[in-house]
Amino acid sequence: MTTVGTRAAAVEPGAAPADGGGTALELRSVTKRFGDVVAVDELSLAVPSGTFFALLGPSGCGKTTTLRMVAGLERPSAGTVCLAGRDVTGAPAHRRPVNTVFQSYALFPHLSVLENVAFGLRRRRARDVRARALEALELVELAHLAQRRPSQLSGGQQQRVALARAVVNRPALLLLDEPLGALDLRLRRQMQVELKAIQAEVGITFVHVTHDQEEAMTMADTVAVMNHGRIEQLGGPADLYEHPRTAFVANFLGQSNLVRGTVVETLDGGRTLGVDVGGARVRVPAHRSVPGARHVLVGVRPEKVRLVAAGDDARGGDNELGPGTVVDTSFAGVSTQYQVRVEGLGTFGVFAQNLGGGSVHAPGSVVRLAWDVPHTFALDGHQEVGAGTLGPGDEP
Amino acid sequence: MSVVAALGGPEQAGTEAASPQAAGAGRGARRLLAPGVLYLVVFFVLPVGVLLATSFYARVPGGELGEYTPALRWQNYPEALAQFAPQLARSFGFAAVATVAALLVGYPMAYVIAVRARGRPGLQGLLVVLVVAPFFTSFILRTVAWKQILADQGEVVGALRWLHVLPPDGRLSAAPAAVVIGLTYSFLPFMVLPLFASLERLDPRLLEAGTDLYATPLTTFRTVTLPLSAPGVVAGTLLTFIPAVGDYVNSSLLGNNTTTTMIGQVIDQRFFRTVDYPTAAVLSVVLMVAILTLVSLYVRRAGTEELV
Repeated sequence: MTTVGTRAAAVEPGAAPADGGGTALELRSVTKRFGDVVAVDELSLAVPSGTFFALLGPSGCGKTTTLRMVAGLERPSAGTVCLAGRDVTGAPAHRRPVNTVFQSYALFPHLSVLENVAFGLRRRRARDVRARALEALELVELAHLAQRRPSQLSGGQQQRVALARAVVNRPALLLLDEPLGALDLRLRRQMQVELKAIQAEVGITFVHVTHDQEEAMTMADTVAVMNHGRIEQLGGPADLYEHPRTAFVANFLGQSNLVRGTVVETLDGGRTLGVDVGGARVRVPAHRSVPGARHVLVGVRPEKVRLVAAGDDARGGDNELGPGTVVDTSFAGVSTQYQVRVEGLGTFGVFAQNLGGGSVHAPGSVVRLAWDVPHTFALDGHQEVGAGTLGPGDEP
Repeated sequence: MSVVAALGGPEQAGTEAASPQAAGAGRGARRLLAPGVLYLVVFFVLPVGVLLATSFYARVPGGELGEYTPALRWQNYPEALAQFAPQLARSFGFAAVATVAALLVGYPMAYVIAVRARGRPGLQGLLVVLVVAPFFTSFILRTVAWKQILADQGEVVGALRWLHVLPPDGRLSAAPAAVVIGLTYSFLPFMVLPLFASLERLDPRLLEAGTDLYATPLTTFRTVTLPLSAPGVVAGTLLTFIPAVGDYVNSSLLGNNTTTTMIGQVIDQRFFRTVDYPTAAVLSVVLMVAILTLVSLYVRRAGTEELV
């Protein structure tokens, strides 16, 4: 409790004991350096008890290192790790009330499924080890395979055993390190639903590390988007999606159309900003705009944008850009994705619901882009437009 | 098979011909096996047959020294066993102690090379070469060197006396301890290499899983590392124990010819000094059968087939 970083000064010291409604995990200015590389940079966060928390970010953003520091498998270079209000920064992994579901599952090959699940209970000399292990296996619907070896199970089954092995100990915190990464898409979606149901059933605080933004959004109560060892933004999935505060979050969590603009006027008594975008005027709600900036990135989500044919009139009061040319369409069943090139501004993505059946605008047709003013947001202009998108050189 | 598996060798190569789809390939496989089978018949099966026959030979009444006649004299067995039971028991005792000592010395060595030096192939290679390096000199020469090391006036004995580990007139040379030390040293690489092979494949993430599940480092070792390296332990102990039981170089050079005599030494003497071929053959057969029995009991007990 002695070294509290500057940015954590506002966080009150977690001296209160865990009372169910307290803080399960608190990181204060945690830094991890590997040689010259800063993997985690002065990271502070608090996870309330009983919630499902996701650390989301691209590979190499420091999310797994953060998780390993919480588990005690890695020592922070600086900062404090508190579990249920207790400082455990110096405690070894086996003394922490934390269990991990490893990405590789790390099941013990020489033990049966039952003994794998019982491992933690036996180490703590718990009572009714067998019964409790079987109960945990029932939770993941694998009690009938209790006597098998892990190598005799499928990937999905091994994943469930790993989960049971962690959950059975009723830890203060359960860490999941990309546990669904090795499963195929269909199984992954199914396990997402099951994991969330199990979390709700057992009431243990889950901290889930993933690079899959859809996984993070569907499962977690709170998502922390990480980049370069820092948290870019933290909030509920809908909040993060609707109110991204950085270009990285806007692009990494779903997709965004971002264009550079300059704030030229304030309207409606300061509630709306008028932004010049390549000669056109776009209005942005002031509360969805970075305060005080002159150069901004104006953004709108692709599904919020409507395509207006050259002859038609857009509704008055909407933001409008164009005209542009449809350069690509891809039909995806429920929706059609259009790429529209607007001279001087770049290419915009538009997702249109297929309400009338089939795509309406063929490539080459001239359209204008329109969307409701409240869906517009504006970010600090000193950022790369493409931050958080996958370039050809990036690792997936 | 577990021994072969622990050494990284191909598993169950011999069962291939039995599977139905390999029936056509069976003839080819047999042709490939022919040189090996021929070699074993000439240099192993036939000699063992001759040995077995010799063990029943009878002395020619009034014949010359070393003159024996083919017979079925089964009394050779109880006579030889009655005379040399102490040496036989001592051989197994010495070999067992040396095997345990080699395991205690060799396991940490193998662990350091395989686990601690992981990710540094240069260092790992150097350490493995150092383990194997003694093989570049003669076995006899190395054993004679131990005679110097353990000599009464040597530094080792001097230091142990000074530390009061040995009494002032205590000695290591020409004593059972010297023979056991020699055996341990001689067969240490056979212990270290299979242990290294099995520890090298140990997934470090399993150790992390152990600590994550409340196991102290020591408990993790006992419950994860040790069971997973069991194939290496079995292979290493067999490769140490079997040659150690029959060894006669260490007991001849480092022993005192009375309280340290091992069965290999007796066989050597019976064969080449007293030219008592039947007794030497009896002891050889008994040694072979005893080792085979012990080893098969041990392997069944260790039950490493289930592993991994």
